[in-house]
Amino acid sequence: MTATLPLTTRPLIQLTDVRKVYDLGEVQVEALKGTTLQIERGEFVALIGPSGSGKSTLMNTLGCLDRPTSGSYLLDGQEIVTMTRDQRAMIRNKSIGFVFQNFNLLNRTSAIENVELPMLYAQGISARVRRSRALEMLEKVGLAERGHHHSSQLSGGQQQRVAIARALVNNPSILMADEPTGNLDTKTSKEVIELFQKLNREQSLTVILVTHDQSVARNANRKIVLRDGEIILDTTDSQLAQETLNSPV
Amino acid sequence: MGLLNSIRIALRALLKNKMRAALTILGVVIGIAAVTTMVSIGQSASKLVEGQFQTLGTNVIVVFPGSQRGGPVRQALVQTLTADDAESIAKECPAVLATTPLVAATGQVIYGNSNWSPKDMFGVGEDYPIVRNWSLQSGGFFSKREINSNAKVCVIGQTLVAKLFQTSNPLNETIRVKNIPFRIVGVLAKKGASMMGDDLDDILLMPYTTVRKRLQGSAFNSVNAIMVSAKQESQMSDATDEIKQLLLDRHDISDGQPSDFLVQNTTEIAAILTFITGSLTMMLASIAGISLVVGGVGIMNIMLVSVTERTKEIGIRMAIGARGRDILRQFLVEAVVLSSIGGFIGVSLGIAMSTAATTLINYVSSGADWPIIVSIPAALVAMTFAAIVGVFFGYYPALRASRLDPIEALRYE
Ligand SMILES: Nc1ncnc2c1ncn2[C@@H]1O[C@H](COP(=O)(O)OP(=O)(O)O)[C@@H](O)[C@H]1O
Ligand SMILES: [Mg+2]
Repeated sequence: MTATLPLTTRPLIQLTDVRKVYDLGEVQVEALKGTTLQIERGEFVALIGPSGSGKSTLMNTLGCLDRPTSGSYLLDGQEIVTMTRDQRAMIRNKSIGFVFQNFNLLNRTSAIENVELPMLYAQGISARVRRSRALEMLEKVGLAERGHHHSSQLSGGQQQRVAIARALVNNPSILMADEPTGNLDTKTSKEVIELFQKLNREQSLTVILVTHDQSVARNANRKIVLRDGEIILDTTDSQLAQETLNSPV
Repeated sequence: MGLLNSIRIALRALLKNKMRAALTILGVVIGIAAVTTMVSIGQSASKLVEGQFQTLGTNVIVVFPGSQRGGPVRQALVQTLTADDAESIAKECPAVLATTPLVAATGQVIYGNSNWSPKDMFGVGEDYPIVRNWSLQSGGFFSKREINSNAKVCVIGQTLVAKLFQTSNPLNETIRVKNIPFRIVGVLAKKGASMMGDDLDDILLMPYTTVRKRLQGSAFNSVNAIMVSAKQESQMSDATDEIKQLLLDRHDISDGQPSDFLVQNTTEIAAILTFITGSLTMMLASIAGISLVVGGVGIMNIMLVSVTERTKEIGIRMAIGARGRDILRQFLVEAVVLSSIGGFIGVSLGIAMSTAATTLINYVSSGADWPIIVSIPAALVAMTFAAIVGVFFGYYPALRASRLDPIEALRYE
């Protein structure tokens, strides 16, 4: 049905009745209880909710890092759930940039090599182009002069910016970030979020981020509130989102 | 992603953790070098034993006079074997290469102011060098004519050269045995020590006729023993049977009667020695096998530990778009590179250690003369094994990790 929609009206992300159950033997944890969600190109979305509400589970599903137990996930009209592992790897490489709370940079590896990595797994990019594009990305995140530093020689904020450069180097259509500021101080957090806003505004990059920080969530146009694996609110109103989040169950 | 990128990724990953790479290489090196050295030393020892065995002569049959039951103890008392027996054995037994009578003598050898009592003094026939497979260093052996004429000639071993002549040339010099002058017509090549440690070169050979008639003053033509060499080791038992039959005929002994001679061959000794060498080889193969296993476990450990440690790395790589096969190719290339470097160093070290060990043995224990052997098959087997272990244990855990969803691999800390 979605496939018949004309390209222009086709949503970037169409999640339909997605469930995720963690089978722990004796107990089964239902992390997502039939989530349905639609995100358009160029949106800046914040997923908020208390700890354990299923934000990361949802984000990993959107980022093709994890598969839902059931349901459908159409990314740009393509069904992700039934794809092969290699096809999903390709999607992660080309269409999605993912930023983690704990950066997940390769150890003992320079910033520039970390940024080059996604291009090594893409096809047919020459060493010269890889190098110059990596440098360009580092410049964009304000780390041009730190290219040869290893992650252990960079501050948390700098590491996260290297991770963002890495996420964006293959020109993905979506940037996803799971608590990107969770390990950063307030000032650095602000810088990172400003970077996201700039990318969203200037390149109409779709940005989806998970946060439990109201001041971070405020920067997003759209706020989705999760509780116990369910979306309880989907709004552009920051005030309403905050109230919903703070209201007792 | 092309193979070139896989190689690039793998090499970068190796350089990131030089310690891990070095430890893996060390494991491979130790395994290969240990096996190569063990087997090489073992083969050297086996070769040494075999060589000693050759000096003994594996195709020599000795016929003693005396009854089968009495054994060689009574050999001195009976006088049933003659030089004619020796000659007809040589002529009529097809499996026999050559024979020589043997007459034992004792006494002191005098040359100028020096004297020496050789351990072995024998009267023998002209075919003695053939029977013993013993060449001459200089001069020649005494001839049939010299034997027939009871000539006063002799051939000496290297020990006598050293004891009596020091520096001068012994050829054509005259030595005295029991006051009888003997002209030296030949010098035997060096044979070294027997397996029992006897000096084989401490020997004086004279025509058996001369010993019998001139030294012992005996009128009889009897000899103490007949030494026979078979054409081939495989013909030893044929030769033994032929000799028995011939001598029974010649001595007119009818079937069932006790014989007046005893035929002894070295096949039994050969069997024992083959067993010893075989055991030696088995022992070394076991040691080599254990070394291989120990080396293999080392390689396996470091591979397993590093791959488990690297599950997170695999997760990161997959999260940014590496496919399972990209991960596998990276780990395969890493394992192959490490195994190759380790293999190369291991084989080189194995060769060096084999040579050094043998040289050291020869240096430390005087008189030892272990041949320097480097077992290339052992090196190849060890290398192959190390490569298989290295690649398998580098590959298998990576295979498992590559089948995880990226998020599962990332949870590894
Ligand atoms: N790997 C897992 N195994 C079992 N349960 C899990 C796993 N990951 C998450 N969960 C559970 O799923 C629920 C949602 O977790 P998560 O998505 O991480 O929440 P959030 O990111 O909002 O804090 C929680 O109850 C959590 O305990
Ligand atoms: Mg979370």
